Amino acid sequence: MSHHRLEARDLSFSYPDGHEAIKNISFCIHHGESVGIIGANGAGKSTLLMLLTGLLFPGSGEVLVGDVRVTKKTLPMIRQRLGMVFQDPDDQLFMTTVYDDVAFGPRNYGLDEKEVGERVMKALDMVGIPHLKDRAPYKLSGGEKRAASIATVLSMQPDILIMDEPTAGLDPKSRRKVIELLKSFEHTKIIASHDLDMVLETCKRVMVIRDGQVAADGEALKLLTDAKLLDSCGLELPLSVQGCPVCSNHIG
Amino acid sequence: MLKSTQDIHRIDINNRETQGAALQPCPKNLNRDLILLMASAGDSFYNILHLDELARMDTSIHRVHPLAKLLVTVAFLVAVSSFGRYDISGLLTFFFYPVTIFVLSEIPAASILKRLLLISPLIVGMGILNPLFERQTFILGGVVLSTGWITFLSILIKGALTVTAALLLVATTGMDRLARALRMLGVPRIFVLQLLLTYRYISVLTEEVARMQRAYALRAPGQRGVHTRAWGSFAGQLILRSFDRAQRVWQAMRARGFTGDYNIGEDTRFKFRDFAYLSGWIFFFAVARIFDVPGFIGSIMTWLAKH
Repeated sequence: MSHHRLEARDLSFSYPDGHEAIKNISFCIHHGESVGIIGANGAGKSTLLMLLTGLLFPGSGEVLVGDVRVTKKTLPMIRQRLGMVFQDPDDQLFMTTVYDDVAFGPRNYGLDEKEVGERVMKALDMVGIPHLKDRAPYKLSGGEKRAASIATVLSMQPDILIMDEPTAGLDPKSRRKVIELLKSFEHTKIIASHDLDMVLETCKRVMVIRDGQVAADGEALKLLTDAKLLDSCGLELPLSVQGCPVCSNHIG
Repeated sequence: MLKSTQDIHRIDINNRETQGAALQPCPKNLNRDLILLMASAGDSFYNILHLDELARMDTSIHRVHPLAKLLVTVAFLVAVSSFGRYDISGLLTFFFYPVTIFVLSEIPAASILKRLLLISPLIVGMGILNPLFERQTFILGGVVLSTGWITFLSILIKGALTVTAALLLVATTGMDRLARALRMLGVPRIFVLQLLLTYRYISVLTEEVARMQRAYALRAPGQRGVHTRAWGSFAGQLILRSFDRAQRVWQAMRARGFTGDYNIGEDTRFKFRDFAYLSGWIFFFAVARIFDVPGFIGSIMTWLAKH
């Protein structure tokens, strides 16, 4: 389906202080693809995500969602189709209850309250926290907050999910839950992260960003086992690909 | 004070980076400093949100339309502040309103009275000099007193009544619904939004202060508060951090289609019950303002005693 396509054409972006964060990036993501965006700190991952969602506008180049160009005019329609989960759930949860937070998006689109309710419960069911609906977001644990912030985006029924570090700051069990959750989604997924093991599990395709440019774009398993490439981009092999500390010592 | 271990956990998550900076914290001081810090910034953060939590209760008062409650509160404020400075007995009738709301809304009185105490120095400050400046006198039980004492008492009563009414309005309505009521009254969107975002960002700001204080205290054991030398950079940091945080919250709002109108998605129709609530209270305030109810009851009592 072409309207789920996300395309970047010759994107460039400089911050007001002159720092050139994105340099001439082009790519195309098709319906149902799961793409990991990886790169060292400051490589430009977050900036790229903000350009894709229209939170920033490129200095040159363009972003296309389906056949629609992201501009100020098309933003309301674009944002309904792109769901962005922020790195820090505290930034995303600002209402007084989890329910209100999840309902915030649908209400902004003027849906009637019955449909809003249905969507909220469906989103909460999907992330497995319907029992937390009346709790105050600031009282939840890290994992629960993460689930709630993902639900706030699911309730808008986006075609494309964009996530910035979805597993950051989570304990191993909560991280595992989020990974299983991400795997269960059939949406087109774009996940920016330093958690390369998570990327390896959830994404089929990987884009490596270095100094604001795409250093490599291809099959996840191939790129994430390329130690030389990862090293040159300020990364290292995912832990699951590195040798077992016990066995490798024996062999070595 | 810190409320529970869950809160401690939450702080741990939030402050991984700041706590990592603490190289050699002394356990004893650390503990004390942490407690001190919770008592200051962290506590005020939870305090602010506490009123919002009370607003989520479900009682007959909470269910009244926010606009009706807002208008009743405004009528109450106007009626109370319109009393003359020597008229104390008339004011007493107005205690009926907050008491009724307390009882019906099941709001714990302590949570409101604690906040009233916070504001009380301001109210006392306004009237404390009256007994000195007013030259007229009256005699009470053989003692000659300045009429300033009466006006002081009247200021205290008026202050207590109006502040309590305003706090009760927030505690039974919640900021979101209150903003909705203001919009229905035709208050321009920009002002309502300003009010709401300020309210939201106060908690963001205090949380940021709490984090910075914690990070500071962990590396400055044995110090009480923040040293004056660090004030400048402390305040500067705070502004920059709040800017960043505010911008991220704003982006998160925009990414979910926020265009400026705050929609809380509730039935907004004014029902007969709301109309009855509104007109009932306004009628009561009008009667209490025009007639001297305590005096009237007093005269009935004396008449009954005589016959």
